[in-house]
Formats: sequence, structure tokens, C-alpha cells
Amino acid sequence: MSDKRHYKLVGKSPRKVDGLSKCTGVTKFADDLFMPRMLHCKLHRSHVAHARILSIDTSLALEVEGVMAVLTGETMPEPFGILPVSQDEHALCIDRVRFVGDPVAAVAATTEEAAYEGMMKIKVEYEVLPAVYSPEKALANDIPPLHDYGDDGNVHKRVSMEFGDVEKALQEADIVLDDVMFFEGNTHLAMEQHASLAWMDPDGRITIWSSTQTPHYLHRAAAKVLDMPPSRVRIVACPNGGGFGGKSDPFNHEIVVAKLAQITNRPVKIALTREEVFYCHRGRHPVLMRSRMGLKKDGSITGLHFQSLLDGGAYGSYGVASTYYTGALQTVTYRIPVYRFDGVRTFTNKPPCGPKRGHGTPQPRFALEVQMDKAAEKLGIDPAEIRLRTLQPRDSVTANWLRIGSMGLGECIRKVVDGSGWKDKYGKLPRGKGVGLACSSYICGAGLPIYWNHLPHTGVQLKLDRGGGVCVFCGETDIGQGSDTVLATCVAEVLGVDLYDIRVVAGDTDLTPVDLGSYSSRVTLMMGNAAIQAAERARELLAKAVAEKLEIPVVRLGFAENRVFDVEDPEQGVTFAEAVVLAESKFGTIGTVGSYTPPPSPGRYRGAGVGPSPAYSYSAAVVEVTVDEETGILTVDKVWIAHDIGQSINEVLVIGQVEGSVYMGLGEALMEEMAYRPNRFGVHKIPSMLDYKSPTTFEMPEVVTYLVEDPDPNGPFGAKEVGQGPLLPMMPAVANAVFDAVGVRVDEVPITPAKILKALESPNLRHGPGAFPDLGVLPEEIMRVKTQEEGGDGKSDKAFVRKSKRGVDKGEAVQK
Amino acid sequence: MPRPEAVLPDTGSPGTKKVHRVLRVNGEDLEVAFAPHKTLLEILREDLGLTGTKHGCELGECGTCTVLVDGEPQLSCLFLGLDGEGVEIETVEGMAGPDGPHPLQQRFAELGAAQCGYCTPGFLLVARSILDVDPDPDREKLVDELSGNLCRCTGYLKIYEAIEQAAADLREPGLRKGGGKR
Repeated sequence: MSDKRHYKLVGKSPRKVDGLSKCTGVTKFADDLFMPRMLHCKLHRSHVAHARILSIDTSLALEVEGVMAVLTGETMPEPFGILPVSQDEHALCIDRVRFVGDPVAAVAATTEEAAYEGMMKIKVEYEVLPAVYSPEKALANDIPPLHDYGDDGNVHKRVSMEFGDVEKALQEADIVLDDVMFFEGNTHLAMEQHASLAWMDPDGRITIWSSTQTPHYLHRAAAKVLDMPPSRVRIVACPNGGGFGGKSDPFNHEIVVAKLAQITNRPVKIALTREEVFYCHRGRHPVLMRSRMGLKKDGSITGLHFQSLLDGGAYGSYGVASTYYTGALQTVTYRIPVYRFDGVRTFTNKPPCGPKRGHGTPQPRFALEVQMDKAAEKLGIDPAEIRLRTLQPRDSVTANWLRIGSMGLGECIRKVVDGSGWKDKYGKLPRGKGVGLACSSYICGAGLPIYWNHLPHTGVQLKLDRGGGVCVFCGETDIGQGSDTVLATCVAEVLGVDLYDIRVVAGDTDLTPVDLGSYSSRVTLMMGNAAIQAAERARELLAKAVAEKLEIPVVRLGFAENRVFDVEDPEQGVTFAEAVVLAESKFGTIGTVGSYTPPPSPGRYRGAGVGPSPAYSYSAAVVEVTVDEETGILTVDKVWIAHDIGQSINEVLVIGQVEGSVYMGLGEALMEEMAYRPNRFGVHKIPSMLDYKSPTTFEMPEVVTYLVEDPDPNGPFGAKEVGQGPLLPMMPAVANAVFDAVGVRVDEVPITPAKILKALESPNLRHGPGAFPDLGVLPEEIMRVKTQEEGGDGKSDKAFVRKSKRGVDKGEAVQK
Repeated sequence: MPRPEAVLPDTGSPGTKKVHRVLRVNGEDLEVAFAPHKTLLEILREDLGLTGTKHGCELGECGTCTVLVDGEPQLSCLFLGLDGEGVEIETVEGMAGPDGPHPLQQRFAELGAAQCGYCTPGFLLVARSILDVDPDPDREKLVDELSGNLCRCTGYLKIYEAIEQAAADLREPGLRKGGGKR
């Protein structure tokens, strides 16, 4: 354990560096930007779910006063997408629309009203095609495929991998649980609607200011579709008014405004309406799951066979990675010695699903944690105890070859069990009241990048000013999680300067070194390590110059309180600004860089790119609920949550992420769902903030947060992630609490009053999905990988040969 | 290169005759010409350059665009600019005084009540309207009064803490330097 007392800033809670700007209306979000002669853009979107475009008539739109340009898809034939294996989107649809909301044409006009009027006057003639709205129907492959790539028909991706012999492990078990569960899709609902502004300068360089979490990937996509050298394209990620994964794909509208800026030679802005944000989606995949778990009487797990069927929506997005993620992290919490995972993602004619906070792991985590609760009940073991007995050990390798470092889950469980009074409550509260426990884990950044290469995942650059100021450049994007503050804190800690003497320049592909983006909970760990490296290199230069001046060895120098001094005689020293001047006199202009690449993973099989991480965070939660058996109304009364953060960089920000995760998880547990009308072209039922129910102040319970600080050797100052992990235990904890309260199982999220009533009325006291379909995995398609215990080397058996696939899949492995 | 922050007046819908009005915003009389269908939200952001007021739905559902009109919270997306005459309008830009940020702004920033900061102006102004009539509101009152404002980042808890701490600061203004002047 490191000693917190040695840190000057780390682990404390100074005001975040952009805090007052955000509280005074000064922070500029993308839609707050205006430029002289700026045009406004509106998109004409499809009102049918699946159709061939026969013709587009833009003549009436061009007649509207103020309309300066109308754009259709054939001007941008190059496809794009976040993953190299799913380049299946076009800036505007060319020959086919695939969901209600798919953009077909764009209008730029001098006012928003004129752009809207022009957009309404565009006439598109469609030949309606059969549409598919459910993954079960998509599996049947009886309608024409949405895309000309994928594994077969409307199956976008099918994977199957086995680590050890699962059927044998299940036979050796004392009990085998077999559950089918469903997790409904939901969306990010960030308060800020997506907005982008583009401008082509007279020298032929284009700039896109956008609400994006991933400026680097937008840079790639925009350059590709605009057919411009990346050196002439600049992306500036504005502070995001909430992201949660919803702004981490490159989007049509970002590229469209850039094209319109090229055509009109004027700045062009778009701000999506809230309804359009629902169509952009990229939110939580609806996932139907089947989990077969074998356990011994003592609660130890003999093996797990997990299957998932993902409803992907109309495009690939992050979907290949999402599919793998529904099978990747089951193994990192409890010891599962033998494991098999089958996953299928299908295309359907609905807005595309993608990554939302937890990306592909909340759904299986829900199934696994509810199943653990059922196992505990069946075996007569306390749900906390069964988990404590089966913890995956620290410094170990899982069955699917994930390397675990620090592991604070046991401590998390003990904290919430003690804090909540679990032992006096579980099974002992009056009927209608109950407690539920669940755990989780999440990656601290993906071990491999989306584009496979040997480049660093993040870079940080420092420029030291003669006045003592420090400017930090990094491609990271603050989406509200506080990454600017983490960056400044890491640098200020190493250099011993005031936090507010640091100026952060972030998320600008012209000015800052690449950081891959604010996704997969990667920023604190990766950027933090790069920032420390850059700051240590600067400190070294300053130390050499100051040591020479003070005539003492470098090792005797301390950096604190904007001074560089002799630690044996602190009066002897210089100010930080003087130290910069000394160093600059000696070495020339002072600037340093740092970068970070995650350590290699032991898994070498196909698909092993999803799951590895430099470290894993852990969370445990207890929720207390009240269930009204007359109405089914479920109220969450209180939440106790413990999170293994490794080491807080800023404690207030860490607790804020935990509380925000609890909030968002409760929304998913209780009410949030994307709902469509299959009988009306799959139109979204509720694309508004009023009808898409999310928790208000009335639904938010008291939360008690415990931080477990078990520093991870791979983390900056030992820090791990906190943005996503603490969301994961909420949904299963609520489901388990409902069972404790009224003895029914709702094997489905969200857990609405209607479902609780159905469960109370059903003979088996359960509500949830029935059958799980055949995923169509052929025996030769199961990739077999020996576990470490079996003497494996992380590679799959040579006998496994991958079936040839259609279309653009270039056979590259994919990560998020 | 032009700075994107520069605000130019929106010309309104081409052909729409503009009205000319004087709106009193943050204690100043501001002359502005705008198309008569424009909302106060649009006029503040597009015609007066006060982009501190944000929007989350433009349908009166999320509370993000809240401003104070004669001290009462109003959804500026549902408030016609034409109705803005003869009333006192206050936006987040008007909260800070010559001594610096209002204690609410200070505490929101310090205590983690603003994560992405997008819903923050709306919450700050509702909070201000609460504290103007009740210097020591209990938690129940905060839950009730803030129920029309959505925040997706914080789970609301840090917002309550910040308001309670700011209320304490305002009750004993000697303890803490800050703005808070109208």
C-alpha cells in the first residue's frame, strides 16, 4: 500500500479546474459556438424502417429563401464506422435506408427556420422493403439482409469460444442453474443534444468543433469520407454536456456539416433536436441471455456456459466489440475455472445500438449476479458469503486468459455488508421490504486499441513557461467525468505546483497528442501514466539545473508549493519559475512528452482483444427496497456501494462518479427503455425526455459510498477507473432485493410495477423470458482454448479454422 | 482565423418582420430585434450572446433552460420573447457579482455538483429562487423544488449538498467571500 500522506494533491478534493467556468455559464459547448456568416443545417431523415431509395427531389427545397445548399448521399460515397471491420455507414444514405431516422439529405440555410422549411420540402421516393425488428426474427434469416457483410443473413457477428470442457464441468456440479434473462435496451440521454460546427478556412483546412468523446476517431472518419488528407482536417472536441458513450461514434451530422462548409464556403452548424438524439442512439443493446452455471455444495463454481443474443439495430457501430463484451468479464469477479461463451449480434431495422456506460457488460452482469443470488438461495448460503468464498484471486489469470492485478472485491463486499446491516436485514425484513446484493468489475481501458497498431494509446505534452505556468496538451476529452482535472492533478503532483497554475489544452487533433478518447474507462489510467511520465521528464531537467545552482545532488531536491528546494534544508531553494528559467538557460526551451501503451495480454486467441485491461475495478452494492404488492410499485429506499478505486486522484470527483453510476443504474433497473412500434415501421414510441422515463429527484435514494483504496501497480499513483464499474451492480441488486421483499424473480430489466405484478400472479413466482433460441453455432465453429490450469498457452487449438465470411470483414481482430 | 465565440445577430426567418424590444436582463436594459415567434431561450443565446442558458429538449421537459423571471423559475424554451418585456430576467451570467461567483456557484464547483456542467445553470437558478425565499431549506424541499430539472451525471446528491452549504454561507456571509448581489 502506498502512503497517501506523501501526496500533496492526489486523493484530496480541490475544486476541479473547469469548475467555476461550468458554474458561471462560461464553458462553451458545441452549440454555444457561433461564427460570422454561419449557416444552419437540418437533416432529412427516413420515415420508413427499411426501403430502397428510388429518387430524391430537392428542387423545392432549393427554392426556399435562405437555403444555400442541399446535399445528398452520392456526394460522399465512402463508408465509415467506428470499427475497421464495420465500415457500414454513409454520411447520408445513398441507395437504402435502414431505420426510421436514417438521414437521407441535408440542407444548409441562413437561418434554422429556413433550413427546416427546406428540409421539409425534400421529397424522397421509397420502395419499401420487408423489415425486421427482433433478433429472434433476424436469426431466422427470412428477410433480405440489411447489409452485404456480416456472418450470414442478418447475423452481424457470431462468436463461440470454450475454455476447458464446460459440459464435463456441469456434470461434476452438485447443482446446475439454467436461466434465461432479458435486458432491455436503453439510451444515454445526455443533457446536451449533439451539435457540430464546421468551417473551411481559405487555405483549405477544415475544422470541426463537435460534441464528441472521440476526436481521434472522428478525425479518421471525417478525413476518409471527405477524401481529404488528415493533415488538413482538424477536430476540436468541445466539452461534452454528458456523453456516457453516446458521443463516441463518428456521426453522420459531423461529416455532413463539414461537407456543407466545403460546398458553401461558409461555417455550418447543426444542433440535433432531442428526437434526433434518440435516433442517433448507440445505446445499450437489448440482450437475451441464457446462463448455465454449475456449483458445488460449498458454493464454488465448476463451470459456466453463457449465451447472448444482441439486438444490434441497423448498423455495426461498436457492435462486434459489444458482442465480445457480453462474454468477456464474467470471469474476473468469481473463480470460474471452465467457461464457454456463445454470442450473436443481429441487424434489425431500428436505431443502431452501441456503447453505453458499461459497454456490453451490464447485461451479462445482471444475469450472472441474479443467478448467483438464486444459487445462494438454493444452496442455503448467504449471498454475500457465497461471493466471498468464490472470489477470483488477485495476481491471477482467468479461464479466458485475463490477467487480474489488484482485486479489492472482498473488501468491497465486507464494507457494504457491514454498512447496510445486511446480516440483520437479509431474509429478516417484513414482507414488502427487502435487501439485495450484487457485485461487478470493469476494465480500466481496453488493452488493445480499435485499430491494431503499436502506437501509444495516449500522449501528453508539457510546455513550461518562464513565469512558472505549465501548459499540458492531451487529446483527452472532458465529458463531465473530470479528466481535465485528473490531467492537471497528475502534473501538479509531480512538479509540486499549484493546480490552478496548470493550463489544460485538450481534445484538439491539431494541437494535442493523440488520446484515443473518453471510452472504456481508459482515461485516468492511460492519460494519467503518460502525464506522470511527461512531468517526471520535466522535473528531471529542472532538477539538474537547480542542483547545479544549489550545488547539491539531484536526489536531495524536493518539488512542492511552487518551489524547488533542498529537502535537507528547505530554506535553500528557488521558486518553480526560477527553476524553469535555470533549466531553460541550460537546456533551451523546456518541453517534454509522455505516452502510455498497456502491457501485453496473455490471451492470444481470436477475440482475446476484448477483455484485457491494465487493471480491473471492483464494486459491491446493497440496495434496500419497498415493494407494494397491490400496485407492484417498487421504491429504492437506500443504496450502500463500495468501489475499489485503487487510489483516488480527486476524491470528490470519484464519489461523484459512483453516485452518478448508481443513479444511472437505478434508471436502467426501474424505468428506462427504448420502445418501438413494430406495426408502424419500427418508429420510436417515446423519443422525448418526458416519455422516456428517467429518474428525477423523487426517485433518487440516499447513497452511502465507501472507497476501497488498494493501489494497482499499473495505475497512475495506483488509480483505477470509476466512471462505469459502479453502475453495474445496481440492476441485479434491485432484482435480488425484490426477491427478498416479496419472493418473486423478475429476470428482466427494467423491473416495472407491471412485471412485478405479473410475477406475483404467476404460478412459479417469476416474470421473464421463456425460451432461448438456437444461435446456430456449428460444432466446428466453437473455438477451443486450453485454460492456464490445463497447460494452455493462451492460443486456440490448431483445429479451429474460422469460417469464411461475407463482405468487408478483413479478418482483423477488433477491440474497444 | 475568426474566433467561433463571436456572436452575430441571427437574421431570423428570411421574410419574417422582426420586432424591436427592450428586455431587462441581469439588471441591464438590452435592445434587441427578433422574429416574433422566437423564444426567450433563442433570444438569449442567439441574439444576446448569453449562451450560459442551455437547452436539453426545447419542449419544456428537462428544466435545463430555466431562467428567473421576476425571481421565479421559468422554462425559457416555452417563454415567448414578446412576453419578456417589463419583467426582470436573470440568467446564470448574472449570478456572479463584483466580488466573484455567487456562493451557489462556488459551492457547486467545489462540491462536485457540476460534472458536465450542462444542466448546471438551470439548477443554479432554481436553487437561487429557493434560497431567496427560504434561507434554510430542508432536503425534502430541495427534492420537491428541483424535481423539474433533470441531471444525468450527478444523481442529484451533490447538488443538494452544494445548495445546503451555499445556504449556510449566505446565512453567515462574514465567513465566506463571495458574490450574491443582485
